[in-house]
Amino acid sequence: MTPTATQTAPAVGEDKELLISGSEAVAEALTLADIDVVTGYPIRPYDTVIQAIAKKIANGQLVAEYIVAEGEHSQFEIVKHASMVNARVFCGSSGVGWAYAMECLVVTPPLRVPMLALVGNRALDDPGAFGVEHNDALFVRDLGWMLCWIDTSQEALDTTLIGYRVAEDRRILLPLAISADGAFLTHSQALTMVPPRSKVDKYLPRYDRGDLQLHPDNPITVAPQANEDWVIEIRRQNDEAMKRAYTVIEEAYADFRRVFGRGPDNPWFEEYMTDDAEIILLGMGTISLPIKVGIRNMRAKGKKVGLVRLRWFRPFPTDRLVAALSKAKAIGVIDRDYSFGSPFASGVVANEVRAAMYNAEKRPPLLSFISGLGGREVTLEDVYKATDLCYTAANSGKADAKTHWLGVRE
Amino acid sequence: MAETFANATQVLEPFRGIKKVTIEEYFTSGHRTCQGCESALIMKLMVKAAGPRTIVLGSTGCMYVANTTYYTTPWVVPWMHTQLGSSGSAALGTAAGLKALMRKGKMKAEPINVIAFCGDGGGADMGLNGISATLTHKDYNCLILLYDNESYANTDIQLSGMTPYGANTTFSPPGSVKRIIHTRWKKNMAPMMAVGHPECRYVATVCGSYAVEMMNKVRRALTIGGPTFIHSLDPCPKGWDYDPMLSHELGELAIETGIFPLYEVEEGIVKYYGKTKSLVEGRARKPVREYLLKQGRFAHFTEEDLAYFQAKIDEMWQKWEIPGVIPFRQLERSKAAVDVK
Repeated sequence: MTPTATQTAPAVGEDKELLISGSEAVAEALTLADIDVVTGYPIRPYDTVIQAIAKKIANGQLVAEYIVAEGEHSQFEIVKHASMVNARVFCGSSGVGWAYAMECLVVTPPLRVPMLALVGNRALDDPGAFGVEHNDALFVRDLGWMLCWIDTSQEALDTTLIGYRVAEDRRILLPLAISADGAFLTHSQALTMVPPRSKVDKYLPRYDRGDLQLHPDNPITVAPQANEDWVIEIRRQNDEAMKRAYTVIEEAYADFRRVFGRGPDNPWFEEYMTDDAEIILLGMGTISLPIKVGIRNMRAKGKKVGLVRLRWFRPFPTDRLVAALSKAKAIGVIDRDYSFGSPFASGVVANEVRAAMYNAEKRPPLLSFISGLGGREVTLEDVYKATDLCYTAANSGKADAKTHWLGVRE
Repeated sequence: MAETFANATQVLEPFRGIKKVTIEEYFTSGHRTCQGCESALIMKLMVKAAGPRTIVLGSTGCMYVANTTYYTTPWVVPWMHTQLGSSGSAALGTAAGLKALMRKGKMKAEPINVIAFCGDGGGADMGLNGISATLTHKDYNCLILLYDNESYANTDIQLSGMTPYGANTTFSPPGSVKRIIHTRWKKNMAPMMAVGHPECRYVATVCGSYAVEMMNKVRRALTIGGPTFIHSLDPCPKGWDYDPMLSHELGELAIETGIFPLYEVEEGIVKYYGKTKSLVEGRARKPVREYLLKQGRFAHFTEEDLAYFQAKIDEMWQKWEIPGVIPFRQLERSKAAVDVK
């Protein structure tokens, strides 16, 4: 029988290998993290995680309050308030569902609510499309949400555990959205190591807001009207928390490696064949697959190409990323999003990287690409084309000041 | 054991008269509501009735902005802001969080009252779907209290779905060509909640002019448990344009004219109380003009407008299946019976 997400991880002992999707891997992690309140509302593709959790609750593998809300607005508000009384919470959404929750997404960081949300990245309406685009999660990039993009089921499971550890850290108390490319990761199965509860208990302490908990024994007033007297100081506190996240994330990954015996040395991004790379392509999420295959093919023909797959977008790993990219002769950023009317009409990631590189001593030419919108496959041809354009820029030492759309019918 | 506790409620016996009301206050100084504000009184009575083991969630509106200024909170019990349309989900989320932690042994098990309040805009307009959903979650104990001052009174007095027909608000000013801009009839909120959510065990209407009754309805709702709903009509000197000393009198007139009936719906049984009960038992209703013409927001009303308003209220009492509560009319009973056969 094929292993499925409904099988229980062993209580003690070794990791168990299961064939599960990215969404199912998150559900495994949520069970191990013993979440207390979870809310769902249907929208594809993130909803597969709620389906997996519902089954776990039905089977008694997870004891949690499970609420199907009447819309994403309530979905996010319910867990926000549950978190205030000390419950570990989870929810998620996709595309316009995430947009429907926007008011609640705005208030979560200043309230210092460490909720975890899975964003199954999906194109925004209209026209309707189920496929991946990153614009949904990027809505909240300026608001105090931590944002990361994952690539595999294993990373989905591990990042969920790491995520609670980071978000609930008293130095941080900020929400985290984990982005998984719709269909490519939410629905695709891969072999995944599921750790035993004993290891997770060693890694993840119980969530405790301390004197920020709303309870009759701690009768605080939360979020009164502050106006110009205090709002700027409160924003500054959020800013400091986000800055502290750099250290806390490093610590959380280091401790994860110690307890679980796996995980990257560099939490912020994955580097693939970048050591001697002349051209470095950069992207987020499952776009890594066609790029990695393309790189192997091109290297067989003598082209020294590498990939930086960005995991953490907020906080943005500026220094470390600049150091990694400065080595290249040209950089090509492939966005699975758009930012109409932005500088050079580039995608969001390209402009973030441009901004990060501005003060760098060595600034290779940076090319901007937009590809794979609406869930369209990014092909090897797209990767080759981007690389060729990067080589042209590397040879001339100058980037063309425009944005190339890959794989578009003109 | 923990499971039993997580579903238990506090047993709050009704206060038998004003002299039996407890002395402790949980909503004290520190707010800056208007003189004559009935909604602030409702806050005070609500939490006095609930007692110290209570969490209050307040959605955006007067009772957030005017009540809760940073560093000067009037709330003695834990209090938290929630978004304008979020009273339902705030109550549900708080109750669910407490229940999860208690049944999993992560928090000392005890019944804690959860009350979320909303204004008429936050409750009957924007927050309607969230409240509706919460009233179907019978496993969570929480009370949603709608304080209805019949406009968005904090923002500038704009009309809401609960503003009475014809009222002058900043979004419905009378003009030289159109006298009446706001032509919609007010939502029948409490019955909508009671009828639409068969497992909601308690719905009541209250008025701050009758303080002990008001507190006892809150105590009843919290004792019965599950999700419950209370609708309070709160005269508002700023929004209704009258002398602040008349707040209580206007509350009484709203009941005596039959415009706002007082009743509770417990386990599906409608029970009128207070002066509404005597209206049902045959005492004459006062003409609506006695209520309307005391308020500047109806100063532009002509005799024709007053007659229209009176006719609508008469209809509530003479034609509705459950007078003042349920606006359905049945076909003549004998004919209906024949149709069924």
